[in-house]
Order: sequence, then structure tokens, then C-alpha cells
Amino acid sequence: MPGIHPARVPAHGGSMKPTDTNDPDYFHKVVDCQWACPAHTPVPEYIRLIAQGRYTDAYMLNRRSNVFPGILGRVCDRPCEPACRRTRVEDEPVAICRLKRVAADHRDEVKDLISQKPETTNGRKIALIGAGPASLTVANDLAPLGYECTIFEAMHRPGGLMISNIPSFRLPEEVLDEEIDYILDMGVELKTNHRIDSLKALVDEGYDAVFVGSGAPKGKDLNLEGREEADANIHIGIDWLESVAFEHIDKIGEKVLIIGVGNTAMDCCRSSLRLGSTDVKVMARKPRNFFKASPWELEDAEDENIEILVNHSPKRFVLEGGKLVGMEFELMEYDLDEAGNITDTRNAGTTIIPCDDVILAIGQENSFPWIERDMGIEFGKWDMPVVDETTHQSSLPQVFFGGDAAFGPKNIIWAVEHGHQTAISIHKHCEGQSVADRPARGVNLQSAKMGVNEWRYSNAFDASQRRDMETVELVNRFKDLKTEVELGFSAEQMATEVQRCLNCDVQTVFEAPLCKECDACIDICPVDCLTMTDNGEEADLRTRLKLPSTNTDQALYVSAPLPDTGRVMVKDEDLCLHCGLCAERCPTAAWDMQDATIFIPHVTSDDRETANPVAAE
Amino acid sequence: MTSMSKPLIDKHLKKNKLGLTIRDYEGGMSTLCAGCGHDSVTAALVQAFWELSLAPESAAKVSGIGCSSKTTAYFMGQSSGINCVHGRMPSVATGANAVNGDLHYIGISGDGDSLSIGFGQFAHAMRRNLNMLYIIENNGVYGLTKGQFSAAADIGTKSKRGIVNEQPPIDPCVQALTLGAGFVGRAFSGDKSQLVPLIQAGLMHKGFAVIDVISPCVTFNDHKGSTKSYAHTFKYYHPMIHADFVAHADEITGDYSKDGVMDVTLHDGGMLRLRKTGDDYDPRDRGQAIETLMNPSDEAAIRTGLLYLNEDMAEMHDANALPDTPLNKLPFDTLNPGRAALASLQKRYR
Ligand SMILES: Cc1cc2nc3c(=O)[nH]c(=O)nc-3n(C[C@H](O)[C@H](O)[C@H](O)COP(=O)(O)OP(=O)(O)OC[C@H]3O[C@@H](n4cnc5c(N)ncnc54)[C@H](O)[C@@H]3O)c2cc1C
Ligand SMILES: Cc1ncc(C[n+]2csc(CCOP(=O)(O)OP(=O)(O)O)c2C)c(N)n1
Ligand code: SF4
Ligand code: SF4
Ligand code: SF4
Ligand SMILES: [Mg+2]
Repeated sequence: MPGIHPARVPAHGGSMKPTDTNDPDYFHKVVDCQWACPAHTPVPEYIRLIAQGRYTDAYMLNRRSNVFPGILGRVCDRPCEPACRRTRVEDEPVAICRLKRVAADHRDEVKDLISQKPETTNGRKIALIGAGPASLTVANDLAPLGYECTIFEAMHRPGGLMISNIPSFRLPEEVLDEEIDYILDMGVELKTNHRIDSLKALVDEGYDAVFVGSGAPKGKDLNLEGREEADANIHIGIDWLESVAFEHIDKIGEKVLIIGVGNTAMDCCRSSLRLGSTDVKVMARKPRNFFKASPWELEDAEDENIEILVNHSPKRFVLEGGKLVGMEFELMEYDLDEAGNITDTRNAGTTIIPCDDVILAIGQENSFPWIERDMGIEFGKWDMPVVDETTHQSSLPQVFFGGDAAFGPKNIIWAVEHGHQTAISIHKHCEGQSVADRPARGVNLQSAKMGVNEWRYSNAFDASQRRDMETVELVNRFKDLKTEVELGFSAEQMATEVQRCLNCDVQTVFEAPLCKECDACIDICPVDCLTMTDNGEEADLRTRLKLPSTNTDQALYVSAPLPDTGRVMVKDEDLCLHCGLCAERCPTAAWDMQDATIFIPHVTSDDRETANPVAAE
Repeated sequence: MTSMSKPLIDKHLKKNKLGLTIRDYEGGMSTLCAGCGHDSVTAALVQAFWELSLAPESAAKVSGIGCSSKTTAYFMGQSSGINCVHGRMPSVATGANAVNGDLHYIGISGDGDSLSIGFGQFAHAMRRNLNMLYIIENNGVYGLTKGQFSAAADIGTKSKRGIVNEQPPIDPCVQALTLGAGFVGRAFSGDKSQLVPLIQAGLMHKGFAVIDVISPCVTFNDHKGSTKSYAHTFKYYHPMIHADFVAHADEITGDYSKDGVMDVTLHDGGMLRLRKTGDDYDPRDRGQAIETLMNPSDEAAIRTGLLYLNEDMAEMHDANALPDTPLNKLPFDTLNPGRAALASLQKRYR
């Protein structure tokens, strides 16, 4: 019988194949946060460890993927959070980033758990340019294998933009130093105050591989009328932040205008407040939905009473007596369509806003004057080196690029992931293997069942709202540059927030031959993501689900034909809460909840890790 | 049963005409066995009532004793309900309905409750044409008392312990047809596309509407050899006709005269659009219905769908000339004729 209701059987063309749950990407994609994290940090797994009070284990699990849990637990760009499944249930995602900080704040001494300097080296020498997160990650991965890593850093201390640009009121220096030291202690040599002026000369020294992790160090300028004359009071954002960080600058005028609304602008305006400004305005050319800054950075700045003015396009710097006194802007008007795109732009006059200083925070660029263009490294569009997106290899086989140097400015977690991938490539390159041949990902499924309706995770849905981070009171923030604003989660906040995680890595796994087609799972599912229906093409199937499926980024889990009717069980992965009620309601355990450990290979991985790396006890 | 009740997540849910989501029509957490057909009937009831935009407090839920009879606790939690003595739900429903006919009477019973201990009650409720929806969740056994054969067990069906039933079954639909019920249907808990519109039509039918729902007992009667198992029911499932319930006249579209389509307007609102499914079956013909069930061409087929419908029968209130105002709303003076009237009445018997 093709369907149980002959009168309703629609005519179908093709049909979907049963889902292959052994495909390492299939369940990985369901763990939205882990999939969105460039380094694929196993978020729900570490949140469960925190819930059990196993902070050190949670820290080490994080460290394997993202290397800098203490740093990233404060300042990560957190692409995981907008992806979080929780946002499909209510408005706010799980505070994934804050929980990472909890693991870092409460960990015990981890030095003994981190790979130590090996007894002997493997004799291979690797040069790394720049001591930012990208180079540090490459060294972190290669040093334990015996590689002799030398980092060359132009500044007097390591950390890259993390030390020179991210203000210490967001990221304290001790946190940074501690996590950098874990890597340097692996026997990595760091040469500070050592700018590389010629890549050719370095390559000629005979290193087995050279990693370029020099970042995107050039801040964009704004060449408008008055720029040169007012130079003393016009600052390039990232250079200015570096001078502030290294205490070359300790004051700024009372009235400051920040041009641009990206994350750099947010750090510039908040730093200005701490250097004595009383009136800081952030000037945006476009309306709010075009702002580049992360929502939480905007919020943090606005909490400090920063004013953000929209629709002001810079026209010229206004001088009086050779000194900057203000800036003129064109007042813009935009027509937007329903999707929020600009359809028309008009100019509605100009205005002059008085100021003492202007900080330009309108972007960063790469700049490689020290790479000889005839040394065999091909440069392409925008004078950027041609770099393979997977292997990070340049056209000169022993030279690799990663972090902001590879494809333009991104963020720390991307720099880390580039570091991991490049370490794999460098190792393969040195071993004479093909760098293009990447180690495979894997997935290991293990039933989470412990007894009747008992699971190895807390499957009850907790309706609590996201906890707000406690911060230092406004009056106490601006006394110096170093007072960290965020205080970390309290025990109560932590205990609540961990329960908000939906455990998306505990997967619903279906065995078609066991199903009686009793409908029990379908009836109990609180988000109506299950349907039994006749098979069909994906687009057609999506229209015939219990709830219409709109998010095509998320897969449909399609079963083999069911024994009694030949229909298929279809699950829209977009909606599932991982509450396990389907498995509890199923009389035959056709649905089971299974812990899916996604194995993400690193150069240091061995085969044992393919099997459950942490939960093995 | 599950370890917790279904969490309330309604961000993604549509609202009905009363601005309510389907979750507003649920009741308490079920304590029935995981996979019990009765829970699926509950889900069908919830869906049917949400779609009808019934006021969630507008039902009177009545039941007897049995796993099936527990169902009334699991839907429309805002409405009142009563679990009556085993098999006696029709009497209580009659009394309640006489007093307040304005509520939607929804009776849930089992094959044991209706066809064994309560058989007489069941028969008389139909004879009275009590205005109610009467659902029998039929699993062929007494589930609550651990799986003894009920009066609905087929000849030859095997118990879990291997005992074969030799006594002929009572078919509630045949009984209903012969006793004069105006709405008779059969359905299967595993097919909501059929069950939901039948529930809606049954509720909107003025008079007694009985639906015999095959609702497998996963714990005591879902094995090989049972004729009330999921597998057996799927195998021999045979919809005679398909009924679409259309709640509001303005939603009625399409070609009325098209071959095989019959439209029937229901007294209490809505319309039924009946579509043939291959059999030449007209549910307005009581004789054909009895004939089809009692002398089937294919013995094994489980005939389902709306088997009989007659919208022209007087229900209890009309037949007995009860006042339009519910008795519980009549003033005391009207309800109680007083001492003098009683005395004159008594005089006639002296
Ligand atoms: C103001 C600001 C705020 C930011 N905030 C965040 C944030 O909150 N979260 C986040 O994730 N990201 C943030 N970022 C981005 C993030 O800092 C960078 O994406 C990341 O640091 C890039 O890492 P990297 O290792 O590629 O390079 P970098 O961190 O840029 O490090 C490069 C290093 O190379 C050195 N170097 C350059 N050229 C040479 C040379 N020729 N010889 C020797 N050494 C050289 C530089 O001195 C520098 O130390 C921010 C960036 C800025 C500008
Ligand atoms: C007067 C009386 N007699 C017997 C019983 C025991 N008893 C409880 S439920 C039940 C049968 C229920 O069968 P059914 O109505 O089919 O419900 P099911 O559990 O199968 O859904 C019996 C005999 C009782 N509760 N009361
Ligand atoms: S775990 Fe099962 S019941 Fe829970 S949301 Fe997912 S599919 Fe639905
Ligand atoms: S509860 Fe189990 S047996 Fe019933 S339909 Fe769902 S998967 Fe199939
Ligand atoms: S015993 Fe049978 S009828 Fe009762 S709840 Fe369990 S499965 Fe349902
Ligand atoms: Mg029964």
C-alpha cells in the first residue's frame, strides 16, 4: 500500500534517499553552534562539563579547538551565538561565550595537561612571522610534534592585535599572557622587536616552512580637505589603539569624533572615555542596520553613553588657526526597500560638528612591502598573495599564510582555525605528503540511554531567560584603562545558563524497521518537527510536513521506508529541541537519543581520538 | 508515559479564530503507555477542537473506566469532566445534557466500557439520541486490567499468552446502525487525516454521533496474531469514503456536482464534503451500511470512514420537548411548580 490514505496520495516524481547519519557533517550541522564556530568547538559538550563542575575538563576541551579559551571567553566574535538553536525557541541564544569564560575562570592549574616541550626535536625548522593568534596556533600544534618553531615579532611583546588593539578593559593582559605562555613553554622560540623586512632573506635561511601570520596592519585613511593640516589631531584607529595599549598616549581631547561603526570604532570610543574625553560621538554614514559592529559591542558602548549619529557622511575637516575645530558632514537620506536595502540616496544639506580630535576607524588593509614580488609568491587581486583556502599554501610551496594575512581582516577564532589547518599542511609538506589530501572528519554515535526515560544528559527543557553579565559600575570604569568591565558569571547565573543549552549534540537517531507507525513521537514532539508521509523530492516533501519547513539550510532527516505502510519518517532538523520526548514516547525505541561526538582532526590527533575524546570515563 | 510533560513552545505556532494555539487545547500529561493508540486519539481531538475554534472551556468531558476513559484528562484542560462508574457514562451524560445542553458533550469510552459492562447504557443513549460525540477507543482488550479479551475481540485473535478467542465480536457500528444512531463512523488512531474531520463532523452533528476508533493497546494486544495490532490494522485498513469537514460556509469552494462528491450540511454548523474512494458507497443509506458491515465482500478488510449519516433525526431535547433554556438556567419558580401543584398531582393517585 503506497500510503494509508489512498484518496490523499499525491503524485510524486522522485524521492529522497535515506539520510546517511555516518556522514560526519550530517549531525555536525545540527549542532548549530559547533558548525558555525570556525574551529568547531564542541559547545554543548563543554557546557555539560561546566554543569558538572568539571571546569578544567571544559577548559581543556575548549583549548583543543580554540586554543585561547580565556581570551575567547571574553572577546570572541562568537559566530556560534547567532546560530544557536535556542533563538528558534525564544529570542536570546545561550551565552556560549560567557560560559567559555566560566571554564577559564574556574579551571585548576592546567600546565601539566598541556603538551610539553618534547624531549628531542624532529630537526625541522619552522619560521613564523608575527606573534598573533594565527602564528601562536601553528606553533601550538607543531611544537609538541618536535618542530623547532621560531616566531619573529616586530613589537616588543607577543599577542598581535590581541595585545596592541583589543583594550585591556575588555581583555586583561594577564589572561593574554597566561595563554600565550602555555604555547611559548612548549619550547617555541620568540624573537621580539624583530621585524622581518625581507621574506626572501628569511626563506633563504633554509627553513623547512615559513608561516606568514603578520595580520592586516594598515588602518585606512580618509583623504578629505584639511586632512594634512589637521594631522596632529587626526588618528588612525588601530595605530592609536596600539599607542594607547603601549602607553605612548595617555590623553585625548574632550570632544572626540569616531568615524566608522565597526568593532574598532567601539574600542576607540570606549578608550577615549578612559583617556578623559567627556563627549564622544560615533559618526555613521548609514542607518543602524548597516552597522558593522557586533550587537553586543554596540550595546556595551551605548551603555557607556556613547552617542551614535546615523546618516552623516564625512565631507571635510574644519580648521581654525591651523588647528582642528570640527568636521563637516553631509546629511544623508536613504530610501529602503522592505528587505532593508538602500534603493535611493539623497543629500539633505550639511552640518558641522565641533571636535578636538578625530579617530578614523573605517577599516584595515593588508600590506606586504616586505615580500619581494619576484621570489615566487604569486599576488592576485587587491595585491593579495594567492593562497589556497583549504591548505593555506602559497604558490611557493614552503610558504603558508594564515590569520588576517591570508584573506584580509577577520577575527581571532578564524586566525586560530587557519593556524590549525596550516599546521596540518606544514606537517604534510615536511613529510613529503600531498597537502591537498586532508585528514577526514568523523562522527561517533553512542546511545545516551541509561534506563527507562533516563538519559545521560538533562533533557528537560528549561525556559529560563538568558542571564545578563554583571559589569563594573559606570563611575568606576573610567578611572583607568585596565579595569575589566565584565565581571564574569556568578554561580547562580552559571547554573541557570548551562541549563538553557539544548544539548544539540545529543541526536535523535531513527531505526525504521522498529517503527510501528503509532504516531506517538509525532504527537508528543513539542515543536512539531516529525512527520510520517509518502516520500518525495525534497522541495515537495518540505511542503508536506506537519509544520511547513522554511529553513532550507537545515536538513530533512529521511528514514528508510516504514515496515507497514512504506511511508517515510521525516524530521525537520531545523526545529528539534533535543528534548528526547520522541524517544521516551516511542514504544519500540525506534527513536533513540545518541551522543554524537564530531571528530575534527588536528595535526596532533591520533586515531584514538576518533572515539569519544572526552566523555570516555 | 514520558518523564516530563511537553514543554510549551509556541513561538512557531499558528493561532485559530479565538487567537489560541493548538497547545491551548491540551490537558494534563498522559500516564498511558508509550505508543498507546489512545494518546494518538487525544492528539486528534486536540487538533480537531483547535481547528474548530471551540472555546476551550465549552466542553463537558464524560467517560467511564479504562485506559481509554482516562483520555478526557488529556485534552481541553479548561473544561469540566467526569470519570463515571465503569460503563455508566451514558447515564451521567444524559443527566448532564438534560440540565445543560449548551455544552459540547464529548464522551470517551473503551470497548470494555461500552460493549461489556456498559452495553445497555450505550444502547439506550443511542435510542434517546443524546446530543453528544461518543468515541470508543477500541483495542479488543481490557487494557487497564491487563489485557483480557473484550467483547470486541475477533474470532481467532490471539492473546499475548497465545489463547485464541472463540466468541464472536460485538461490532459497535453495527449495533449503532441497528439501534438507530444518526452518525456512525469507524476510524484508526494511526490515521488522523481521517479521524480529525470525523471528530469535527461528529461534534457538529445534532444527536448521537458514535465513532469506533481502532486504537491499539501496545502493551497487551499489539503482537503477531492479534487482529487489533498496528500492523494488522494497517494491513487491512480500508477507507470506504473520505469526509472533509468544512467549518464555515464561506470556505466552501469547488465543484459540488463533480462525480463522487457529496455535500452534507450539518445542523450545528459546518459542512461535510464526502469523496468516494473506489467503493460505490453512499453513507446516507442505512440498509447499505448494515449490509456492508454484516456481509462484507472481503472478510478481512477493516472498513472505515463515515459509515452512516442522517441529519434529520430529533435529538433528546427536541423529542422530549425540553425547554430551550438549559434547566440549570431556569428560574427556581419555573423549575419547581410549588407545593400546590404537587398536592394536586398527588391527588390523582389517591
Ligand atoms: C581594534 C580591534 C579590535 C578587535 N577586537 C576583536 C575582538 O573583540 N574579537 C576578535 O575575535 N577579533 C577582534 N579583532 C580582530 C583580531 O584581533 C584579528 O583578527 C586577529 O588578531 C588576527 O590575528 P593574526 O594572528 O592574523 O594577526 P595579528 O593579531 O594582527 O598579529 C600579527 C602580528 O604580526 C606582527 N607583524 C606584522 N608584520 C610583521 C613583520 N613584517 N615582521 C614581524 N612581525 C610582524 C604584528 O606586529 C602583529 O603582532 C579586533 C581587531 C581590531 C583592530
Ligand atoms: C464495576 C467495575 N467492574 C470492573 C472494573 C475493572 N475494570 C477496570 S477497567 C476495565 C475494562 C476496561 O476496558 P476498556 O473499556 O476496553 O478500556 P481500555 O483499558 O482497554 O482502554 C475493567 C473490567 C471496574 N473498574 N469497575
Ligand atoms: S527530541 Fe524528539 S520530541 Fe524533542 S524536539 Fe526533537 S524530535 Fe521533537
Ligand atoms: S513512536 Fe516509535 S513506533 Fe511510534 S511512530 Fe514514532 S518511531 Fe514509530
Ligand atoms: S495498557 Fe494498553 S490501553 Fe492501557 S495505556 Fe497501555 S497500551 Fe494503552
Ligand atoms: Mg479496551
